Amino acid sequence: MTDQPSQAELVRQSLKRRYRKERRFRAYGILAIAIALSALVILFADIIGKGYTGFMKTSITMEVNLDGEMMYLDDPTDKRQLKMADFVEPLVQALIREIPGATEEDRDEIRGLINPYASVTLRDALKENPDWLNTTRTMTFLSHTDVDVYVKHAGDAGYSIKLDEQQKAWVDELLERGVIETSFNDVFFSGGDSRDPSKAGILGAIVGSLLTMFVTLILSFPIGVAAAIYLEEFAPQNKFTDFIEVNINNLAAVPSIIFGLLGLAVFINLFGMPRSVPVVGGLVLTLMTLPTIIISSRAAIKSVPPSIREAAEGIGASKMQVVLHHVLPLAMPGMLTGSIIGMAQALGETAPLLLIGMVAFIVDVPDGFFDSATVLPVQVFLWAGSPELAFIERASAAIMVLLAFLISMNALAIWMRKRLERRW
Amino acid sequence: MNTMNSSITSEASPQDEATVPVPESKPTDTVIEEGKTVGKPYSDDAKFKLRDVEVFYGESRAIKKISLDIARNEVIAFIGPSGCGKSTFLRCLNRMNDSIDICRVKGSLQLDDQDIYDSKRDVVELRARVGMVFQKPNPFPKSIYDNVAYGPRIHGLANRKSDLDEIVENSLRKAGLWEEVKDRLDATATGMSGGQQQRLCIARAIAVSPEVVLMDEPCSALDPIATAKVEELIAELSESYTIVIVTHSMQQAARVSHRTAYFHLGHLVEVNETNKVFTSPEHELTESYITGRFG
Repeated sequence: MTDQPSQAELVRQSLKRRYRKERRFRAYGILAIAIALSALVILFADIIGKGYTGFMKTSITMEVNLDGEMMYLDDPTDKRQLKMADFVEPLVQALIREIPGATEEDRDEIRGLINPYASVTLRDALKENPDWLNTTRTMTFLSHTDVDVYVKHAGDAGYSIKLDEQQKAWVDELLERGVIETSFNDVFFSGGDSRDPSKAGILGAIVGSLLTMFVTLILSFPIGVAAAIYLEEFAPQNKFTDFIEVNINNLAAVPSIIFGLLGLAVFINLFGMPRSVPVVGGLVLTLMTLPTIIISSRAAIKSVPPSIREAAEGIGASKMQVVLHHVLPLAMPGMLTGSIIGMAQALGETAPLLLIGMVAFIVDVPDGFFDSATVLPVQVFLWAGSPELAFIERASAAIMVLLAFLISMNALAIWMRKRLERRW
Repeated sequence: MNTMNSSITSEASPQDEATVPVPESKPTDTVIEEGKTVGKPYSDDAKFKLRDVEVFYGESRAIKKISLDIARNEVIAFIGPSGCGKSTFLRCLNRMNDSIDICRVKGSLQLDDQDIYDSKRDVVELRARVGMVFQKPNPFPKSIYDNVAYGPRIHGLANRKSDLDEIVENSLRKAGLWEEVKDRLDATATGMSGGQQQRLCIARAIAVSPEVVLMDEPCSALDPIATAKVEELIAELSESYTIVIVTHSMQQAARVSHRTAYFHLGHLVEVNETNKVFTSPEHELTESYITGRFG
């Protein structure tokens, strides 16, 4: 026994081992967080790196001679004349004047620098201001997408530049002189989808998303909260309510595309509702969000301390009064948080909306719940699958907008919880 | 525990033929006969008339055939070791057990000769007459004023703001809280000290002018000074209300109550005038408990 280490020595040894174990465990935790964080950083860096140029547009500012004779136009208020007039010629002529050494023979190449929609812009400007006819104006037009790509990604091997050497030289020259410049891409935020990447915007998708979310919110929140209150406060505890409970939990785990199929079969085929509209999208997303809202609302109701319930019952409040006056106000922050998180989920949902036709190519910004629309994540899906490389940066930019919406919704949820819990 | 369900003790019912004398050495050996209570469980001027009350939680029987009268304007204290059923019994008096699904109550419970558990009985009306104060202060997370005004509001006791103001002031005065809070009636109740919160809960309970106030260990979460204040308050309230108080503190029972009922494992063992219970208990179990041999 004498050569045995003393008890203090044994404890010391085991302590060392324990501390080592503790340190190792902490290291695992830090490693896990580091992996998660770096994945997030890589994701953000990739999206932002690819997408920030999406927030820039390339435009050409030049002096345009709005010569009526050249345009075959003598009355800009005449719709028929506007339709027939040539709005391309003044643009080409203006750009030829801007480029030293360019001649009438280069007109096709020069035309290739100007956005095809520039003539529409010019037409609309003349329609608005008929008195501009036969004057010379300094106007700004979108450049051709090929110019846009060249200006933004000249040295990038991932992009193929479609301009020829002559055109590149011109663009370089014009860039230096400030005729071509890049600025904030307001077109991206003010228009709908387009086949031309320079002209494509996400306003249509944003409005579509907002309309869809509105339908989802006004349906899923009251239904979800009412279901949670009934199940938690009024429903008898029996096999049937157990069955309902299990199935609500199961619904939360159903793949979202199934809800899309359901929406297609029920709302569109059975009820004959139109395709691609925010109402149907909202209905489908309501079905998808309901379980989340019900589960989180029930958790919030459960977390209301029983002492408050007892206090109200002890004074003689009826069941309904206990729920309305005490349980609901106290559970509200939790319910709102759950609902906002459910809504954020719905906002990012793509698959079910593909099935109900919200994947269609829609140029116009929707102006109602029954107007064809698409939503942000579907817009990302559409652009990401587009063959034109210029759409990639738009897709990334749209992802950033979507993320901004999601982050602000989650921030709102946190703020609301903090704010409402203070009364507690 | 196991011996207690099957009945009988020689002391509780010496006249009963079926009793088997048991050694009186240890209190846990003593067996209580069901439904037998020594002392004076009945009263001529009964507010509550409770006969053969049994309470079941699922299969287990928490209260075993208790019969008791609670007199008008008396303060009666329920004492006994933990888990003896005194709180459960108290909560039968205003049907607070209703919200527990597995809880069933049997027997006859009458308030002013009307059955409490009658299916036609409106529990809201019952609770307006039989108020309750709980173990932990549980003010609503609202203002002090709203806490007291809540009861009168839901029962429609005040039609005008001035009436309501008056009720609130009177209730707070009775609870001895008015001077402390009159300048901050809009402050949240949860910001008050524990003792103030509990007195606020008492004010809230008496704001609906109940006939009976049930108190479930109202001082167990309070410090001695706050406890003293609440006890003082109970003494004052006893002039106008019937008060049933459950307490773990025998000193408290001795200080505030007129009668004391001793509960043991679901049985009501002994009821008598408080000084009698504490000076010369009739039942062996009561004596063991109050002398601190267990509990």
